[in-house]
Amino acid sequence: MMEGLLNPQTFMVFKVVVVFVAVLTLVALATWAERRGAAFIQDRVGPNRVALFGKIRIFGLGQPLADGLKLFFKEDVLPLNVDRVLYTIAPVISFIPATMTFAAIPFGKPFVKNGIQYFLSILPPDTNIGVLYIFALAGMGVYGIIIGGWASNNKWSILGAMRASAQVISYELAMTLAVVGVVISAGSLRLDRIIEAQNGLWNIVPQFIGAIVFFVSMFAETNRLPFDFAEGESEIIGYHTEYMSMKFSMFFLAEYANMITASGLFVTLYLGGWHFPILDSTVIGSVVAFVIKLLFVLWCFIWVRWTLPRFRYDQLMRLGWKVMLPLSLINLVIVALFYAYGG
Amino acid sequence: MTNIKKELDIKTERMIVNMGPSHPITHGTLHIILELEGETIVGSETRIGYLHRGVEKLGENRTYQKFIPFTDRMNYTSSINNNVGYTLAVEKLLGIQSPPRAQVIEVIACELGRIADHIVCVGINAVDIGAFSAFLYLFRYREFIYDIFERMTGGRLTTSYTRIGGVKRDLDDRTIELIRQFIKEFPKAIDELEALLTRNRIWYDRTRGIGEFPAEEAISYGYTGPCLRACGVEWDLRKVQPYLGYENYEFEIPVGTRGDVYDRYLVRVEEMRQSVRIIEQAIENLPEGPVIVDDPKIALPPKEEVYNTIEGLICHMKLIMEGIKPPAGEIYSATEAANGELGFYIVSDGEARPYRIRVRPPCFPIFSSFDEQVKGHMIADAVAILGSLNIIAGELDR
Repeated sequence: MMEGLLNPQTFMVFKVVVVFVAVLTLVALATWAERRGAAFIQDRVGPNRVALFGKIRIFGLGQPLADGLKLFFKEDVLPLNVDRVLYTIAPVISFIPATMTFAAIPFGKPFVKNGIQYFLSILPPDTNIGVLYIFALAGMGVYGIIIGGWASNNKWSILGAMRASAQVISYELAMTLAVVGVVISAGSLRLDRIIEAQNGLWNIVPQFIGAIVFFVSMFAETNRLPFDFAEGESEIIGYHTEYMSMKFSMFFLAEYANMITASGLFVTLYLGGWHFPILDSTVIGSVVAFVIKLLFVLWCFIWVRWTLPRFRYDQLMRLGWKVMLPLSLINLVIVALFYAYGG
Repeated sequence: MTNIKKELDIKTERMIVNMGPSHPITHGTLHIILELEGETIVGSETRIGYLHRGVEKLGENRTYQKFIPFTDRMNYTSSINNNVGYTLAVEKLLGIQSPPRAQVIEVIACELGRIADHIVCVGINAVDIGAFSAFLYLFRYREFIYDIFERMTGGRLTTSYTRIGGVKRDLDDRTIELIRQFIKEFPKAIDELEALLTRNRIWYDRTRGIGEFPAEEAISYGYTGPCLRACGVEWDLRKVQPYLGYENYEFEIPVGTRGDVYDRYLVRVEEMRQSVRIIEQAIENLPEGPVIVDDPKIALPPKEEVYNTIEGLICHMKLIMEGIKPPAGEIYSATEAANGELGFYIVSDGEARPYRIRVRPPCFPIFSSFDEQVKGHMIADAVAILGSLNIIAGELDR
């Protein structure tokens, strides 16, 4: 019966539903993991009280559900003198690209059935723009923050928006240049080609500098500590000070969705995607390998957040322009020279 | 920069923001008005008084004994140091000294209070700079100290432990055991904190050179305590004007060199280690004897006497209804509280109520230099500086 249902159209619908649901579930799980992970690092217990039907506690896994419900039923007040249109669409602008980016990431091995090739990524890989698509959308996300901060009619929010825009400019450059190295080594912008090129040797080994630049930029890109200037809850309280209810939670979900996409991208570009010895011999095994790697990178986000203090805004700029950019250029030159003369 | 601005004809405006009275970094109710150019602070103005409760005035209408609970509410992160500071002042006015055992217990209490205060200051400073875990590593031990206080005094935050002429109750064996356990375990927590922060490049960059303050200026502003010692001035009332027998303990005064946030952090961390040393010595040499003076005009008689003898009952009644009547005169007594010199100036006209009580809180003169320190720094630095100065609004406004 399943065999009969397997045709490119149904498979597409299946992929879209599964990936969307999986990413959103992972967002909820990530908030849970963040709080439990923080508790683990800080020698506390963390949320463990929320119980399903008043009985089943399962380590507080119901917490994201309860948080979501609470935020959903909060009153949504429109603060005085905000720009109504921009104030309302800002969280949407932040949220939609965050959930769209994952579409390009291949999360498993392609397989052939009945003479048709099936790819495990929502976007067909032969659209040929994989990497570009992701960067274009990731760049969109910051507009949500800038517009939200601007429309809030709050000085602290404007400071947050200002920081976010400056931060994105100084980091996306280094990040993109680091990725150019990967693109050169694979000879394609297609993410599935990039993964294929890493068979046997993951990019993190030959392009170690690029991987580090990308990893650090990821934190800046997703507004996570040590680079959470747009939020900076102890300094400027954040770009979303005036937001509440679901509008606030959309910003919140977008942050976690961005983290998941960034982890997925790091796995794809540097950790060999779904490649893993033995596991990637089957399709399901390759998906499992991808998910395990993704969860590991996601854990790194949480791990770093609860270990390091925050940078200062100008120090981040200095790091971005004076350290990260030259490093990514060095990486690019090394890779380019290798492929021009050595490879 | 200015040329570009002129060429493009960009109009820039300075922005004025209110940091506080309700802002996550103010930890209490402070109000700081900042004038910003971009994120750089070009001007700042501090407003105080949001937490003013008229403690000094209230003291004029109460007996000496009844002022002790008010001292709890001044520096509420180390209320026990305030208790000790106040009772020492009244004892000085009366010309008495508490018994040796009480003095040693007070030293232990003071040093525990100092550690608790430094934990709050260093921890909160770390939170403000973004290192949340370091804060919680230490706060476990603040809980430990509060558990000890609970056994010692009956209260965790508002201790009201001391009485004029001694302390409320003696240490029991379990409390001594807990203190021993604390001094054994706590140094490891300091090591963990230092592993997380001291050599951390981000922490160093965020705190080094921030709020740098030369020693002469610090003295002219009236700095005391860790903030003054961070500037390199070796001034600690426990050494220069010993009280409670501090001259009998071996400890060192850590000093910094540049007086910036990083030095203040280092000085506080080292002071915590030195406090552990003092407690170690005190707990090993705890003398036997009473914990409050045996003088029915000053200290309440034991409960058995109150219930069973007429003299006890009368003394009890006289003390409760009238209070202690010190001789007329005025004194100033200062102790080294966790945050600096905590002084009490008491004027007595021979009545049971003080004519005037004036408190010299350590953070009042320190806070007055805040405007000067933040100028030219960024908002994130203002947060770090405010945290490192350890401004306690309850003590500042009284």
